[in-house]
Amino acid sequence: MPSILGTRVKRVEDPRFLTVGGTYVDDLRDPRLDGALWLTFVRSSVAHARLASIDTSSAAAAPGVVAIYTFADLSVEPQLSMPAFNEAMKRPALADGVVRFVGEPIVAILTEQRSQGEDAAEFVVVDYDPLPVVVDPVEAAADEVLLFPEAGTNTAYGRVREPDPTLFEGCDAVVHMTLYNRRLAVAPLEVKGCAAVPAEDGRMVVWLSSQGAHTAVASLQAALGTEDLHIITPDVGGGFGAKNGASAEDIVVCRVAQLQGRAIRWAETRTENVLTMQGRGQVQTVTMGGTRDGRILAYRVDILGDAGAYPMIGAFLPMATRMMAPGVYDMPKVEVIARSVVTNTAPQMAYRGAGRPEATAAVERTIERFAAEIGMDAAEVRRRNLVPKFVEPHKTPVGTTYDIGDYPAALELVLEAAGYDALRKEQASRRAAGDRLQLGIGIATYVEITAFGGSEYARIEVKDDGSAVVYTGTSPHGQGHHTSFAMIASERTGIPIERINLVWGDTDLVPTGGGTGGSRSLQLGGSAVLQTTDLLVEEARQRAAQQLEANPEDLVLDTEAGRFHVAGSPTAGRTWAEVAGNDGLAVASDFTQPSGTFPFGAHVAVVEVDTETGQVELTRFIAVDDAGTMINPLIVEGQRHGGIAQGAAQALCEEFIYDADGNPLTSNLADFTFISTCELPSFELVPMETPTPMNPLGAKGIGEAGTIGATPAVQNAVVDAVAHLGVRHIDIPCTPERVWTAIQEASK
Amino acid sequence: MAEFPVSVTVNGQARRGTVEARKTLADWLRDDCNLTGTHLGCEHGVCGACTVIMDGVAVRSCLVFAVQADGSEVTTIEGLAAEDGTLHPVQDAFQKCHGLQCGFCTPGFIVSVASFLEEHPNPDDTEIREGLSGNICRCTGYQGILQAVKMAAETMQSA
Ligand code: FES
Ligand code: FES
Repeated sequence: MPSILGTRVKRVEDPRFLTVGGTYVDDLRDPRLDGALWLTFVRSSVAHARLASIDTSSAAAAPGVVAIYTFADLSVEPQLSMPAFNEAMKRPALADGVVRFVGEPIVAILTEQRSQGEDAAEFVVVDYDPLPVVVDPVEAAADEVLLFPEAGTNTAYGRVREPDPTLFEGCDAVVHMTLYNRRLAVAPLEVKGCAAVPAEDGRMVVWLSSQGAHTAVASLQAALGTEDLHIITPDVGGGFGAKNGASAEDIVVCRVAQLQGRAIRWAETRTENVLTMQGRGQVQTVTMGGTRDGRILAYRVDILGDAGAYPMIGAFLPMATRMMAPGVYDMPKVEVIARSVVTNTAPQMAYRGAGRPEATAAVERTIERFAAEIGMDAAEVRRRNLVPKFVEPHKTPVGTTYDIGDYPAALELVLEAAGYDALRKEQASRRAAGDRLQLGIGIATYVEITAFGGSEYARIEVKDDGSAVVYTGTSPHGQGHHTSFAMIASERTGIPIERINLVWGDTDLVPTGGGTGGSRSLQLGGSAVLQTTDLLVEEARQRAAQQLEANPEDLVLDTEAGRFHVAGSPTAGRTWAEVAGNDGLAVASDFTQPSGTFPFGAHVAVVEVDTETGQVELTRFIAVDDAGTMINPLIVEGQRHGGIAQGAAQALCEEFIYDADGNPLTSNLADFTFISTCELPSFELVPMETPTPMNPLGAKGIGEAGTIGATPAVQNAVVDAVAHLGVRHIDIPCTPERVWTAIQEASK
Repeated sequence: MAEFPVSVTVNGQARRGTVEARKTLADWLRDDCNLTGTHLGCEHGVCGACTVIMDGVAVRSCLVFAVQADGSEVTTIEGLAAEDGTLHPVQDAFQKCHGLQCGFCTPGFIVSVASFLEEHPNPDDTEIREGLSGNICRCTGYQGILQAVKMAAETMQSA
């Protein structure tokens, strides 16, 4: 029978999304939530202030108000999201005397009806004593305005180090610049929501819009002082890294449910979402030096991460950037200085790629600047510096060990697919003709790290009707786990994928799990399913042998029929239904991968820039992405598509902006320029598969690849389009205004 | 707060109730009719996730008050597939072309596309892109969605 693996199976999870729209937290009509009260937050309207007073008396008298909570009423200890952060920077679930960013929750109002909460919130009077505001991380690093005076510093993580003064000795060409990897609104289409019900047996049932039920357990247990939680993640409408674990608001919802002994619901508005869920945000000072014949000798990147008002995962991400700083290049000397500081802006979350896109953006923009400096084609400079093909682990100067790679092949593949030489000719003729619309060609080669090692759980249960259920500790929110995992389980059991169900995101049904993030699900969760399938088949073989009174070694599994029989005599056999019998058959196991895998690829973006208006049109996008073995190319392509669009969006239009006083200027989807169909061409995807030796599937992660390559490819293309006019760099997002200004400046 | 009577035919079924004047059609469909397939991605008219068809026209139900829908006919995502569960050609094409990932934007897209294809049975690429520009998706980069619209147009033409 031909293998189902590697084929374009349409997703089995789709029909319920297509017909009734799935069931996200806010869609739950579970009887346990009947009569639930609604929670509404009053949030800070200023970026930094002492709370002189909070007057809730009129709000308390508003229709439908049941209770009002401030920090003191909750008795929830402030939490430090990672032990490595500065101890003095703990986050209270509701503001404790001081607010540090616009959107920080101060008061929680509980009402009978949802709309009553919005009304009552208007009656809460907060008296702010303004404090000086620091929005720019560079200013924050000067420690003049401190967010946490008791910390004595704004540095949340990492430290300042003196750069090595000899790093660029021997280089005939050195380029130096400052890059701004801007803040973005993560903006999953489903905003966050939570519902919590204290059950009669003393347990708390919690539904979360989260990337992993299990990753939310610890912080909720700490806040609630109880171990006895049942956490469920129903359908989740996108996460992109920012829905990891439980948020401060989730903690408040659960705590209030506990205090009230009643069911509580909450869902944020889109404005609340973009005010609290942001990613990226790094200032990178880069220097690259080498010889005039294109050999790079040394590279330094000094990363200043903008952690926002409280250190969350975002504060740690400069370390992920550090790990991947040299990218695909064989550079003898690499120096990375990394730290993050707090500012009066939204606490930074992970956002698709989380630290790796920032690493690639830095090195890929810098190498093009270096190419321009020495007057060599950017593709050629890359060729001269790529790590050659390797099949044994490759250790970089920053100490990261890549699993396997063939970067030169990826580069040549994408250049050929793009028709690179023809594009350069076309560009030359437009330049010679002085056309208004100039052509830009941008390249980015990348390598990233996915899964970071770790383990994942799978259990497979076969029922007496021969159908199966796969239990996973990973947690889908768009990645097609059900289909991919069913394909893996079907391949070696012969149980058709339509008869395989998936259970995820329920701490009662799945004992452990790492959720979904860091592109870990297929390689860890999928490998766990594969490993468990093999154990299941062995277990079933033993049982079938007993039933048939045969030797287990003599039995074969006919995966076409889904039936065990003695080799050579197919008449007597046992189907999965018969083997499972009334008691069913179930096997569980954990799969462990010792370290991360390193997907790689190369992207080419082609843009047209209107030299009179600065308008950029992305006309083509060609991508080679190697994530190892593909289980379902349809799903893999979907991941690439989405990532490329988000990466291109960061280069072209998206940016979350604060003014100098910390007021957000892009606090809804009308002002935050979310990319639409009109700004994107059809992407040209080129397949490449180099299986990793790190797991039995040979799979690496594909979730983040697009975002990693696309941003610098598009940015490089825009700069390239106007390079002949003397432009050497344009910050992202490359808005018409920035591009136009760069052209004007260059012509001065 | 004063309430007003509304009666709307939703997916062919007569629904009656009373609503506050400020209640949106989206909230009414979700809360009073328990039709939760109509999603709210922004509540300010940008994302298109809440799109429904009202008297033959695609509207953003977050920008329509329930009282404005009084006397109208509304079709939501729940009303597109046939009684026997057969998917509408647009739904079918979205599955075949991988036009959805997390699925949150999907009801709005499908309803918008179904309505768009009524008006443009044979759209070209530019028309499709413009026709979809009022719906946003964070997951798919719109690639599978564009393919799905083309496939659905062909299927509906040849039907
Ligand atoms: S919810 Fe109506 S347009 Fe976004
Ligand atoms: S499929 Fe997730 S937003 Fe469109």
